[in-house]
Amino acid sequence: MSVPLPVRAVLVALAVVILSVFPLVFSNPTTTSIAFFTLIFMVCASAWNMFAGSSGYIALGHAVYFGVGAYTLTLLANHLGFAAGWGVFALVPVAGIVAALVALPTGLIALRARRHTFVVITIAFMFIFQLAAFNLAFTGGSSGLQPPTPLWSVKAYNDNFYWVTAGLLLVTVMLTWLVRRSHFGLQLLAIRDDEDRARGLGVRVGRVKLTAFVLSAIPVGMAGGIYAYFLGQIFPQFAFDPLFDLSIALMAFLGGLGTVFGPLLGALVLESLQQYFTVQYGASQAYLIIFGALFLIVVLLLPRGIIPSVQELIGRWRARSSRQEPGPEETGRTGDVIGAGVR
Amino acid sequence: MSALLEAEGVCKSFGGLQALSNTSLSVAQGSISGLIGPNGSGKTTLFNVMTGYDRCSEGEIRLGGESITRATPERVFALGVGRTFQITRLFFRLTVLENMLVATQRHEGWIRAGVRGAGSTAERTRALELLEFVGLARLANSPAGNLSYGQRKLLELASLLVADPAVLLLDEPTAGVNPTLINQLTERIRELNRAGKTFLVVEHNMEFVMGLCQQVTVLHQGRTLVTGTPEQVRADPAVLDAYLGGADDDDA
Repeated sequence: MSVPLPVRAVLVALAVVILSVFPLVFSNPTTTSIAFFTLIFMVCASAWNMFAGSSGYIALGHAVYFGVGAYTLTLLANHLGFAAGWGVFALVPVAGIVAALVALPTGLIALRARRHTFVVITIAFMFIFQLAAFNLAFTGGSSGLQPPTPLWSVKAYNDNFYWVTAGLLLVTVMLTWLVRRSHFGLQLLAIRDDEDRARGLGVRVGRVKLTAFVLSAIPVGMAGGIYAYFLGQIFPQFAFDPLFDLSIALMAFLGGLGTVFGPLLGALVLESLQQYFTVQYGASQAYLIIFGALFLIVVLLLPRGIIPSVQELIGRWRARSSRQEPGPEETGRTGDVIGAGVR
Repeated sequence: MSALLEAEGVCKSFGGLQALSNTSLSVAQGSISGLIGPNGSGKTTLFNVMTGYDRCSEGEIRLGGESITRATPERVFALGVGRTFQITRLFFRLTVLENMLVATQRHEGWIRAGVRGAGSTAERTRALELLEFVGLARLANSPAGNLSYGQRKLLELASLLVADPAVLLLDEPTAGVNPTLINQLTERIRELNRAGKTFLVVEHNMEFVMGLCQQVTVLHQGRTLVTGTPEQVRADPAVLDAYLGGADDDDA
């Protein structure tokens, strides 16, 4: 709120530049693969936050849509006889659409409840889908499925997946930003603050919540599809992973729940950290301890997340300096009230 | 004057408690009507039933002759009935101006309302005019949570006006508000009434009700006790009994 518009524009431009030159500067496959996974989580955290951060409904079952996307891409690529290569990426939007189609009934059911009940129902859905993937014939059960693997060089492989995911990230962030600017976004924030009063002001809360829920499942499903294609295999426990749910929620909380850029920052910090630990110390679950400690620190010191806390700090610092040297009022902003919501 | 908003024979119980039994109420077009009664007499329940927040088990609610008995709160608002709450409810983390913009979709479909930007220039101008009207314009950009109690009441009223409802149901608009603001509120209600708005006011502040309302209905234990002008109501012995506890009253 307190970051002025030109500064914000510069920061966004800088982020886009870094995003687009990253694989050109860092060509080490280990680094680019960490970057790929980080982008996947940035997409998911951002999309999740568009629904959960804005509406206050802390969904912990978006792994359902991630997994559905992953299985959709793999199954379609295998059964429709897609040759490994760029062509398979054409199935990514399909993965998103199928995820949305699954989100429609699951969201309809879960959104009948509020608060804790809602959270529990979303978790339950996640385990139902995991169980189904373990036991159904067409998902390959516990041995999972293998999509075709493109025969690219290691560098080209990582780079291609990086570019596709970066494109998806840009679209997702644009979408969350547009939602934030729209009347729809305002309705979501109103629901977060007082759902019953929003109804009394004519907000069709059922439709608004469900639309946001389904909308947020689309990028997550697309990311799931890309993820499965990148790994070259998909298992129920990784497609429908409770840690995925916790991770994207944690990322959004760390960066700033309900802000456009907070989840991106949170995912950048947490996912790159986790990947780094995995590379350094093997695939142990030790990073979970660090995640827990970090979360504790955030809750204790920055309860609202990094971005809102930093903004508050800047605001307070500005207020103090303007008090020392009487100058223009610190709230000299006009006509950017909703825009200021794009924190 | 014809009845704009009517409740007829409304019954509503919560478990064993009969909150409303065969309650009727009629709000004339263009009037300021009052609804009074001792605590627990069913005033807020009647409000909730009339605005779709609660369902009545029997009876009918009509707006301009059409039944809205089964309508949702969203629908009731879209049809032109706005309400405030006894405990003031705002979107506390949104700014005052954002609070004003929430209700702007009253006349639109939900998709149209979804894809457009939040607050066109015309809507913002209108919202600021209304904030000016209730004296909150200079606070437009501060979070609604920072307002004082009285200011919150005014904002709650103003945020309804954005959508231009035909009837406004106010649940205890003066509770916890200082006398200066009460006067201001009275003025605003009169002014809006002159402009054609119909009001139904639940209040405990008798001075406020008697001074403002043309017609007062008294509820007692979920029943309509008396309906009449403030003078008639004040003179009615049954009303005194209801408030002070008469001989035939076992639990007042």
